[in-house]
Amino acid sequence: MIDWLVPAFLTIVTAATPLVFAALGETVVEKAGVLNLGVEGMMIMGAIAAFATAVSTDSGLLAVLAGAGAGALIALIFGVLTVYLQSNQVATGLALTIFGLGLSALIGHSYVGKTFDGLPKLNIPGISDIPVIGPLLFGHDGLVYFSVLSVGLVAWFLTRTRAGLLIRAVGENHDAAHSIGYSVTLIRMGAILFGGAMAGIGGAYLSVSYTPLWVENMTAGRGWIALALVVFASWKPWRGFFGAYLFGGITIIQLYAQGMGVEVSAQFLSMLPYIATILVLVIISRDSAKARLNAPACLGKNFHASG
Amino acid sequence: MLIRLVQRPEPSAGMVYVSPVIAVVLTILTSMVMFALLGVDPVKAVVTFFIEPISSLDGVAELCVKATPLILIGVGLSLGFQANVWNIGAEGQLVIGALAGGGLGLAFFDQSSVFLVPAMLVCGVLGGMAWAAIPAWLKTRFNTNEILTSLMLTYVGLLVLSYLVHGPWKDPEGQNFPESRLFHDSALLPILIDETRLNVGFLLALLVVVAGWVLISRHIIGFQIKVIGMAPMAASFAGFKEKRLIWLTLLISGGCAGLAGVIELSGAIGQIVPTISPGYGFTAIIVAFLGRLHPVGVMFAGLLMALTYLGGDSAQITMNLPNAVTGVFQGMLLFYLLASDVLIKYRLRIGAPKIQREAAQ
Repeated sequence: MIDWLVPAFLTIVTAATPLVFAALGETVVEKAGVLNLGVEGMMIMGAIAAFATAVSTDSGLLAVLAGAGAGALIALIFGVLTVYLQSNQVATGLALTIFGLGLSALIGHSYVGKTFDGLPKLNIPGISDIPVIGPLLFGHDGLVYFSVLSVGLVAWFLTRTRAGLLIRAVGENHDAAHSIGYSVTLIRMGAILFGGAMAGIGGAYLSVSYTPLWVENMTAGRGWIALALVVFASWKPWRGFFGAYLFGGITIIQLYAQGMGVEVSAQFLSMLPYIATILVLVIISRDSAKARLNAPACLGKNFHASG
Repeated sequence: MLIRLVQRPEPSAGMVYVSPVIAVVLTILTSMVMFALLGVDPVKAVVTFFIEPISSLDGVAELCVKATPLILIGVGLSLGFQANVWNIGAEGQLVIGALAGGGLGLAFFDQSSVFLVPAMLVCGVLGGMAWAAIPAWLKTRFNTNEILTSLMLTYVGLLVLSYLVHGPWKDPEGQNFPESRLFHDSALLPILIDETRLNVGFLLALLVVVAGWVLISRHIIGFQIKVIGMAPMAASFAGFKEKRLIWLTLLISGGCAGLAGVIELSGAIGQIVPTISPGYGFTAIIVAFLGRLHPVGVMFAGLLMALTYLGGDSAQITMNLPNAVTGVFQGMLLFYLLASDVLIKYRLRIGAPKIQREAAQ
């Protein structure tokens, strides 16, 4: 039982971590009242930027930074369009995804088939070797710990700091925030860039840790699942974290069901995360009054200071 | 220097049509820069991308073949987008429609019948509608976001296709390739010009353009769609049934996507293969916006976007550029379009705002 559980848990962690990053970033963006549907595009840009950097510099840290930078850079386009040029957020987010998938394929063209060793795993002599607890708690790579840390920091930031309060204020009522002198545009741009960087790190995790190689469209809808997770988590960072692990759990059903001799085609098992996402959305949205109460009131609405 | 946006008293009607032109010009200029960065002569690249593919009759025919699904889906999506119903799962509806129609074609692979093609087309429409009915039902019954559900169903649809061509529908005499049998000749759409792939599907797409135009401009439903999109409160006061319109727009766009899928199979491909569409369902979103959510505009936008597919192929063959260039090009075009659209509602003003001086005097 135990020797089965440990690898299973490790699989959950690797499947959940990219979702944790992407969903956390999007939570902050949506808290600021912006709906960025381009998570998939930002993730895939992060993935290719990180992989390209990893292959050419052999540095995991630089790779992750490149992923964050690429995510933020492409999010900047979204920010300029929606915040300054008042474009429709839904359409711009879709454009971001289409653009990101195309550009990453173009850049990644010359990286197909290259390999990278992956991020180093934490290894504390003595502690990481303890049976069960060692691999469970002390055997991951740096990004996994960073994901947990970021969730804690963002949760604290949103609820306990003045800047976090401002982000929420802008998301709940941008006119009021503007009228008392806060810059809605700057706050939103900041949130959008943060969301892009986090999605980029999520993508980087995929290409330098989860499967350290480049495959076109390797995000495979994870950006969209992260968007669903934000709704599922009622815009709360820790709930998003647990949601991501729940999804990680569904992913391993996929991997283990075949190992245990269940006679189902691989394609049907691969459908599980997508169908689970739909089910989760149904459960969370069916009470429309409650769903509206949790959502930031200005979500998806553009702001233009009159006068 | 300060550039400001000043709201126009009324949205500019002219800008609605100028904006796509600005976007196309900017996209071409930017892609020339991109080509130069990739180490390719930009002028030659643009000629290869946009002119060479349509410099022969065969090329023009191929343009219409590629434009057919884009126009069909674009018209359907534009109806929904006007009502703020965001069906972005057209790719999945296309695949399921293709499977529904193509499955019928496979069932009669050794029989000849004049009714086969019409029956396949009907099945294609119904298949696409069925797939779109799921987000419609979830949205009207459980208030679930149709963007996410329709997209998730796209992944599911693609996996269904993969399962069928790798499993039960694989050609039993096909050396284990993940492809179905070839359709019977009577399951293929009639070809319009000999020696090309241009088929009746293109005419059907034009027919859908006309039908879409009648619906949106001349029918009460089109009026309701527009009102609900622009002023949801007014629509509910007027007693328009929002749920009915959600169902209607999703079913129409799903049906159009399904039709596009079965036309692609029976007109252009001739059997069921693992990749039926190179992302037509997603590109059609751009087509809908570029066409100003108007059926006639969608027709032109569909032809233009079809050209980017042909251009990508020809750039790959003659200049060895990866055909992912097409995706970059399409995304960039939509960005520029959305940015230019700001000019519909706002004017650009240079310089700081004039300070009101009444108080001082």
